[in-house]
Amino acid sequence: MKAGIVVFPGINRERDMAIALEQSSGVKPRMIWHKETDLSGLDLVVIPGGFSFGDYLRCGAMAAQSPVMASVRAHADRGGYILGVCNGFQILTEAGILPGALLRNAALRFLSMDCHLRVERSDTVFTARYQKGQTFRAVMAHGDGNYFADDATLDRLEGQGLVALRYTTQQGNVPLGDITKDANRNGSVRSIAGIYTPNLRVLGLMPHPEDMVDPLMGCTDGKPLFDALAAA
Amino acid sequence: MQKEVNQSLAREFGLSAEEYGKVLEIMGRTPSLTELGVFSVMWSEHCSYKSSRVWLRQLPTKAPWVIHGPGENAGVVDIGDGLAAIFKMESHNHPSFIEPYQGAATGVGGILRDVFTMGARPIANLNALRFGSPSHPRTKRIVDGVVRGIGGYGNCVGVPTVGGEINFHPAYDGNPLVNAMTVGIAPKDRIFLSAAAGIGNPVVYVGSKTGRDGIHGATMASAEFGADSEEKRPTVQVGDPFTEKLLIEACLDLMATDAIVAIQDMGAAGLTSSSVEMAGKGGVGIELDLNMVPARETGMTAYEFMLSESQERMLMVLRPDREAVARAIFEKWDLDFAVIGHITDTGRIVVRHNGQIEADIPLAPLNDEAPLYTRPTTETPKGEKLNPARVESRVGLASALETLVGCPDLCSRAWVWDQYDSTVGGQTVKRPGAADAAVVKLEGLKRALALTTDCTPRYCAADPETGGRQAVAEAWRNLTAVGARPLAITDNMNFGNPEKPEIMGQFAAAIRGMAAACEALDFPVVSGNVSLYNETERRAILPTPAIGGLGVLDDAAQAVGLALPPWLDIVLIGATTGWLGQSLWLREIAGREDGAPPPVDLVAERTNGDFVRGQILAGHVRACHDVSDGGVLVALAEMAMASGIGLRISTHPRDIPGHAYWFGEDQARYLLAVPDSTATIKAAEAAGVPALRIAVSGGQDLTLPDGGTISVQALRDAHERFFPAWMDGETKGD
Repeated sequence: MKAGIVVFPGINRERDMAIALEQSSGVKPRMIWHKETDLSGLDLVVIPGGFSFGDYLRCGAMAAQSPVMASVRAHADRGGYILGVCNGFQILTEAGILPGALLRNAALRFLSMDCHLRVERSDTVFTARYQKGQTFRAVMAHGDGNYFADDATLDRLEGQGLVALRYTTQQGNVPLGDITKDANRNGSVRSIAGIYTPNLRVLGLMPHPEDMVDPLMGCTDGKPLFDALAAA
Repeated sequence: MQKEVNQSLAREFGLSAEEYGKVLEIMGRTPSLTELGVFSVMWSEHCSYKSSRVWLRQLPTKAPWVIHGPGENAGVVDIGDGLAAIFKMESHNHPSFIEPYQGAATGVGGILRDVFTMGARPIANLNALRFGSPSHPRTKRIVDGVVRGIGGYGNCVGVPTVGGEINFHPAYDGNPLVNAMTVGIAPKDRIFLSAAAGIGNPVVYVGSKTGRDGIHGATMASAEFGADSEEKRPTVQVGDPFTEKLLIEACLDLMATDAIVAIQDMGAAGLTSSSVEMAGKGGVGIELDLNMVPARETGMTAYEFMLSESQERMLMVLRPDREAVARAIFEKWDLDFAVIGHITDTGRIVVRHNGQIEADIPLAPLNDEAPLYTRPTTETPKGEKLNPARVESRVGLASALETLVGCPDLCSRAWVWDQYDSTVGGQTVKRPGAADAAVVKLEGLKRALALTTDCTPRYCAADPETGGRQAVAEAWRNLTAVGARPLAITDNMNFGNPEKPEIMGQFAAAIRGMAAACEALDFPVVSGNVSLYNETERRAILPTPAIGGLGVLDDAAQAVGLALPPWLDIVLIGATTGWLGQSLWLREIAGREDGAPPPVDLVAERTNGDFVRGQILAGHVRACHDVSDGGVLVALAEMAMASGIGLRISTHPRDIPGHAYWFGEDQARYLLAVPDSTATIKAAEAAGVPALRIAVSGGQDLTLPDGGTISVQALRDAHERFFPAWMDGETKGD
């Protein structure tokens, strides 16, 4: 899969993402400045983490208005693949490509730590190398990762199987909605860490699988996601 | 309406009568307000180091791997693979007391600029923080603001905060210390310096616009605090990490071209110090037109432009034929780019505003005739060596251990680290708390840097010379304990009012101790910062020479942490005498802060450390931890808590009381977790290094030599309780 990484001013995990993509695919991803609009030739568009435009307005709100976003929306409409991580997930919700919003963490503090994620389905291009119900480790680093949507939206997401990942304990127990120290640290509704569009081709998630692709950094739990994308 | 320039205004600006006399002599006339402003900030303690320079000269600054020592924006050392590490630590104490969030945030921003201005991409931030007593009503708010400020800035610019240290002591009630360190990487043949050159070359201003914030910040940082410190809030700058991030990327883009002749960030004293220092170092003159400076406010005067400490600004001298290339890069990043002057051959700084000459000062005397004081010193009276047999222990080891691991100076800092992004960049091998030093790999290479900050202020207060030795030795030891080869340090000297002989005595003695340790350990000082006048209402802080240490590992995979695996022998390296003077046990359990601090035998440091590093690099060691605050038993407990694995601990030699043996703070010691202690001890004997098997890992409890037992979980509960309970009112079990 030919991948490109969109770089907004203030994005800061584009290098981590490029390393993870290149490690799995052997190909350097194309870096796309936010004022560019040509995404032709790309199968996968990645919006990485960081603080686009400083997140001085709502996280991702400014980036969602950048010139490149019209092309990203068209890419989504064409059935192209999109991965949005952390600020990238926030930008996708602000752009209306994914539903819901990311609120301030429930404890109103930045959270930087490992978390565990449960894979809710393994029949997507992102999770094909995981098992359904498998728990894997990733890094979280955000101040606004508290996923929220109204009940109707949540019921639709659940009904259509569009919840991609949930926060869980290391043992794979998903707490029911409440903030817990060992699983759902940011207070996300229904422990949701990541969601898909109905065609399962756009994934937005808060934690960083791209920082868990080298045993030296702790583990390679994030690597299957990039291996699956590279092979697709 | 301009103020009249006279001796009384000079006094207000922090210049003594004698210093003002020198200004008059240099100028040959009464200076203008702007000129007086320039002299007063350039000759402030903060910018001129007038009280400290005579002592700083004693510090060793050279080694074959040192590329640039003190005198540049940051220190530069060769780390192999054609790369250089560029690093420095700097204080933002006074602003952080007045406005904790912005003070700490702009402290991080300032030190980042010192590093990327030399051509480095910043790869790690660290900090060294000292706060007042947790029971003091202000402390909580200051801790909260400082931690949020460091996180707010560092997280946004995308540089991982990988390590640091925190102490509490009532001596910091009115004067916390916020010392921030940045480490960056650059090709060693692409280092950018600040000496201006090329008559006629354009002087270019980039970054944020200039406002009225931070005027006279450097002067504020050079005076004691009184009860009116709240009124000084307008002198604190406001940080904009988003602009800083753009500035980093734009500068690195520009540095990939051949456009830059010289570059310096605008830090303390803003446009004044950057222009004066760049022209001064280059032996040239500089002419500035302030009407060209991008301004955030209207109606600013020349004085305000020159003294503003608005953040996220840089000054550069460019090759004239590369101006268009440079402008295009800054336009891409939506940053201001303005030619505000040019280099001249006059040896003077000439500042124009609205067609008038507002300042015209000869640079050589401004730089070279800055005051230099050899202030009187008195020696700190030495405490007596405590006889451990005479210090009674009323509590068992388990109870003392539980108290110690939960006390503010030793408890878990996870509440703090969890607010700092420590993984951005994807290269953090050892995160905060995982090892004695942070380990950050270099992208695409096997090589890694080990980084630490260290100082034990209570030792420094009791005996500044020993404290200075100890701070340097502990930094060296922490780097060694992960397997790194220590290369160099940056120092951040935080002291009280240098006009008091006892304070200057502390300073001089600390330098003496540091110099001896740097010499013995081949661990030169390559950059640093001095922060004096850390006093509020006449009360001085503990002398705090904070050390930032940098080491290198050829292969990141060789780094060891402190998490204890099961079924291993624990070997104690180094000699134990049961030194209780100034120990945390003495303070927290016996309620005493007295005695002489543990002596630092630099020959033993070197021998023991070189042995430990050799064992780690030979692959014999599964976990390693140096023995510092709290002694051997606390160090063992920290290893156990890091993994959840317990320990069975042996009995101790009978000639030393148990509490002294297990909680004493003798120096130059390490704990090694090894599969084969016989081989380790044999190798240690051959190297002349004391080594003793003192524990075996396994199970979930610590079985103590006095028959007591405590579970690792109980220790963790005690260890993790303080910060969340104190800061957020959380209690365990919620």
